[in-house]
Formats: sequence, structure tokens, C-alpha cells
Amino acid sequence: MGVLEPIVMRLVDRARRRSAWLFHFNAGACNGCDIELVACLTPRYDVEQLGIRLEGSPRHADILCVTGPVTRTTRDALATIHSQIPDPKVVVAIGSCPASGNVFAGSPVIAGPVDLVIPVDLFIPGCPPRPNAIMQGIAEAIEIMVAKREAVR
Amino acid sequence: MNPFHVLLALLVFPGLLYAVPMGWLMQGGERKVVARLQGRIGPPLTQGFYDFVKLLAKGPVPRSDAFLITLLPLLAVGSTLGALALLPVLASQGGFAGDLILFVGLLEMAPLCAVLAGFASRSVYGEVGAAREAVLGISVNVPFLAALLALATAAGSLQLAQVAGGAPWIVRGPALLALLCCLPVKLRLNPFSVANAEQEILAGPLTEFDGPRLALWELAHGLEWVVLGGLVAVVAVPGRSVAFVGVSFAVVPLLGTLAAATARFKINQAARFLWRWAALAAAVAFIAALAIRHGRA
Repeated sequence: MGVLEPIVMRLVDRARRRSAWLFHFNAGACNGCDIELVACLTPRYDVEQLGIRLEGSPRHADILCVTGPVTRTTRDALATIHSQIPDPKVVVAIGSCPASGNVFAGSPVIAGPVDLVIPVDLFIPGCPPRPNAIMQGIAEAIEIMVAKREAVR
Repeated sequence: MNPFHVLLALLVFPGLLYAVPMGWLMQGGERKVVARLQGRIGPPLTQGFYDFVKLLAKGPVPRSDAFLITLLPLLAVGSTLGALALLPVLASQGGFAGDLILFVGLLEMAPLCAVLAGFASRSVYGEVGAAREAVLGISVNVPFLAALLALATAAGSLQLAQVAGGAPWIVRGPALLALLCCLPVKLRLNPFSVANAEQEILAGPLTEFDGPRLALWELAHGLEWVVLGGLVAVVAVPGRSVAFVGVSFAVVPLLGTLAAATARFKINQAARFLWRWAALAAAVAFIAALAIRHGRA
């Protein structure tokens, strides 16, 4: 691309900062974190201002949000979905369960924590984390994603 | 209509150079209106542009069906752009006899490609979405084509430039109403967002599309906004290009308000509405057109 390359790359970085699409995967969560994630889209928090939206298909997504301790039945689905998100992608683990197993730790049906199954870029602790914490986490995840620009060339 | 004018219409106005930013603006405007009515601030008007650039810069995902899945959105973008170029907005665009038929054909290519894309993706969600898209497509085209035929009958021509301006208001009024009823269906907005119902079937026919291909679909969708808004503008105020831009954009708050105020129809309700009420408006227009034609003969 020559002379244009830095301009194009800056434009792409800017677009990535302003248009992060999330895919939400419930890996056996109790629904607490899921509700808090959806609360970010309500009028009170309104993350759509930043171009963030929840997408139904992993192939459309930039950021994979995992909630729950990763049960044995969701492990393979989680790995498949992670592989179907195009680069550059970021994985955000929301809540205490994907980080440590939380109250489910030691259970025979748990295959987690999540970083045993897929690489995680960012943990947002809390049971459940507040929407403010989730928004802060997503904002940092977006910066991580922008920094991964070498993944696509 | 010489080659220079054709290129001008395709690439500058009302084609690529005008339609692509206008499509982003119209989609952004719709999201903004919905957000404001829901008490949110909503994304900036330029959101469509950022989404497009981001999707273009995404990497590939492993898949084996790349050829068909790239061809379909390209076809959708190309044919919608062709339909756009046929809209009679500039004085230099006389069009040609029968260009209404070509216009309708080109306009229908994008939904048809979406149906094919859904079935080609072999995904459950894609197939359900494609089936819904097909059913809605059949239902919506009854009033849509009847309204256009009514205008053509009243004008006694199949040439878009004459069809748009040639019909008296007793035909144009109900025909315009029928076209407006068809708009949210063709743009897959609430309450007719049956084929892309995100809470039920993810993204419908486009579920399996990724990165640049999805960007092309978004582009095709933006162009559909511009064509359909433009069609309403051409019928409402024929032959004036400044009013064309304004009236095209005026459908945005209208459709946004409707989308924010309504929940999603079931597919049978959507089809019933179209066959009953939208078709009624189109039928009124058609009867009026026949009466005028009979009186003239």
C-alpha cells in the first residue's frame, strides 16, 4: 500500500475502537452475569453509543464474552465458537466463575476455569460484576484488540 | 442516455458516490431515532462507516464454501446499485421504455440473494431465516408490484421517468401509501423484522457470513435503503433532485419511529397485514388507475 498504509491502519484502528461487536456465550452461568451484561445495553448505560452491540453469530463478533464456570457439556461448544470468530479477537471472562470456578469449583461436571479451554485476554471479577465494571473491562478489551492488529495482515 | 450519463448515474449520483454515504447515514439515522425514542443516546450517525471499515479489516475464518458465499453479496450490491442508477432524478436521465421492469428485477435481486445465501450456508438459523425471507418476499411484492403497476397504468407507460410523474394524485396517493407499507418489510425493520429476528434465529440468512462478506451485505442493505427511500421520493416529488435527497431521508424518522413503537409480528400476522391492508391501498390505486385509463380511451 506504500504511502497510504499508515493512514489506512489508523482508520482501521479507529473503526475497531468504535465498532466492537460482542458475542455472549453462557458456559453454564447462573444467569447473574448475563443479566448484568445485558444491563449495559439499557438506557442507563447505553453502550451502543460506542458502537458496541450484541451479535447473534460468532462469525460477526470481535469480542467473546464468556460467563459461567465452563461445564463439561459446554466445553467443546466454547472451543468451536472461539475458533469461528475472525481475527483480531479478544476473549473476556465475565464474573468469578470463569476465573476460578467460584462456588462450583471441585464439582465433577466442571471443565473450567475457562483458560483451560481457550486463551483469555481479560478477566472481569465479581459475582456478578456491576455493569460499570463490565463496561470498563470491554473498553480495555477493545484496546487489547486494537493492539492485536498484527494478527491480520 | 449516452454511456457518460450511465456511468454518471452508476458511479456518482444517484449511484456509488452519493448512495454509499447516504446508506450509512440512513441506517445510522434509523438507529439514532430508535435509541432516542428508547431514552438512549444511541450510536453516532457515522456508525455504518465504522462498522463497514472494521468488517473489511477482519481476518478470514476457516470455511470451504468461499466462492458462493462471496459471489452472493457481490451480486446483491451490484444489482441494487443498478436499480439505483435507474431512478429518474437527474434531467439527463431519460431512461428507456420498459426500465420499470428492469428496476423491479434488479431491486428484487438482493432479497433473492439473501434467500439463496441462507440456504447455501447450511446453517439451521440461516435456513429458517431464508424461508421466512422468501415468504415475506412473496407477500410484500403483491402490494409493491400492484402499486407500481397502478402508477404505470395511470401514466400509460413502463418508463420510470414517466411513471413517476405521470399519474394524478388520486392514483399516486394510495400507491404511495402501499409503497410506504412495503418499506419496513423490504428493509427488515420492526414490526416486520421476521427474517432477521435476532432473539430467535440470530442473524437469519446472514448468520454464517464473516468479515468482508458481511461488510458487503451491510453495504447492499444500505443501498436498499437509498433505493427504496429514493423510489418514495421519486413518486412523491418527481424530477427534482434537491427534494429527492430530502424526501429520501424523510422516510428515516418515519421508519425509525415505527420500529421503536412496535414489537415483532409473527410471520402469519406480517403476511396477513400485507395481503389485507397494504394490498387494499394498492388495489384502490389500481382501480383508480383503470378508471382514469378507461376515461381517457
